[in-house]
Amino acid sequence: MEILGLSLAMFVLFIGFGLLIGVLFGFFGMGGSFLVTPALLVMGYPTRVAVGSGLAFVFGTSVIATLKHRDMGQVDYKLGILMIAGTTAGIEVGKEIVLHLETLGMAGSIISVTYVVLLGGIGAFVTYEALRGGDDEGGIDHDAADAEVDADDIPDIAKKIQSYRVPPMISLRGGVSVSLWLILAVAFATGLLSGFLGVGGGFIRMPALFYLIGVPVPIAVGTDLFEIVFSGGLGSFLYALDGGVDLSIVLPLLAGSAFGARVGSAATSIVDEDEIKVYFGLMLLGGALAVAVREIGTVYGIDVLNTVSLVLILGSALLVSGAVVYSSITALREDGQSSSPA
Amino acid sequence: MVDLAAFASMGAGGADAAMLIGAVLLEAAVLYVGYGALEQAFGDRVVKQLKGE
Repeated sequence: MEILGLSLAMFVLFIGFGLLIGVLFGFFGMGGSFLVTPALLVMGYPTRVAVGSGLAFVFGTSVIATLKHRDMGQVDYKLGILMIAGTTAGIEVGKEIVLHLETLGMAGSIISVTYVVLLGGIGAFVTYEALRGGDDEGGIDHDAADAEVDADDIPDIAKKIQSYRVPPMISLRGGVSVSLWLILAVAFATGLLSGFLGVGGGFIRMPALFYLIGVPVPIAVGTDLFEIVFSGGLGSFLYALDGGVDLSIVLPLLAGSAFGARVGSAATSIVDEDEIKVYFGLMLLGGALAVAVREIGTVYGIDVLNTVSLVLILGSALLVSGAVVYSSITALREDGQSSSPA
Repeated sequence: MVDLAAFASMGAGGADAAMLIGAVLLEAAVLYVGYGALEQAFGDRVVKQLKGE
């Protein structure tokens, strides 16, 4: 039996894979192309189709996850549009730096080392910060998305950035007020890294929105997803022009991820904020290790390390998404026990 | 990343590409509404069950 030209087993596999990615995407606002593209490449799809279909899938999932986060009041459209403007300029500059490094013959090694250091560095920093400050109780109050955020919850770097009152000042969700120029500078820097590394940049943008601009984590996730709708839509359109988007891959993946994104988005309002950060950090550390293993395999021509890298990525994705679901169920159970009469 | 050269030369291929992306968007919208209806119908029941109420 075939569905959309795929065997039934393959179709179900894609739905399951989509479900896994959807949970991570809805929960962290990242993880789409990071997981899908390498998996499709290992399955034997041409690079153009793997990247294009991955982008189209990321686009569809980000639409669903953004709508879900919007329902919970977790998307700051003003901040999102400013981030898109700054990020686009940064990506162009990052791309130019890559082209220059290519002429010097140094692009591959510098990009790989930067990617591993950045992914691992952010992962270690986020995990450390979350474990250090893990004394909060309960989840996040999403009904009060517009309420003033507690000053103790704003990271020190963000407080410093917010202290520069260069007009015009922009009011953001959570009662945060930041200079327009500083938002554009952060957006430009994240775009530059994104263009330099050739990645979507969710893993850079989400922590940047929280640690540098100071918006609460759920709003950072929702706003990051809103930006991915545009970057994913444009990227997949450009690949579709060259026949790089295969609907037989995208449609089943999306069917699974649409459900997963709902679960992941809803989990952000149940799971403790520090737990979100720990999972995010561990996911990045797993990713950094996987990229390092893949690069070693490429440099020394050891093909099996590519498969080891994919197993590491999928393993950490499965582990982290499982932990997210488990933490949500545990939090709901505890909530049920504390609210039931003694 | 805006590739202006790709836009300039898109022609009929551009319409096909837009249809493909439109199909993805349509599926996303249908799934959002469909799963949303399921969540409304069964969401509370599932949450209550998980809470042990």
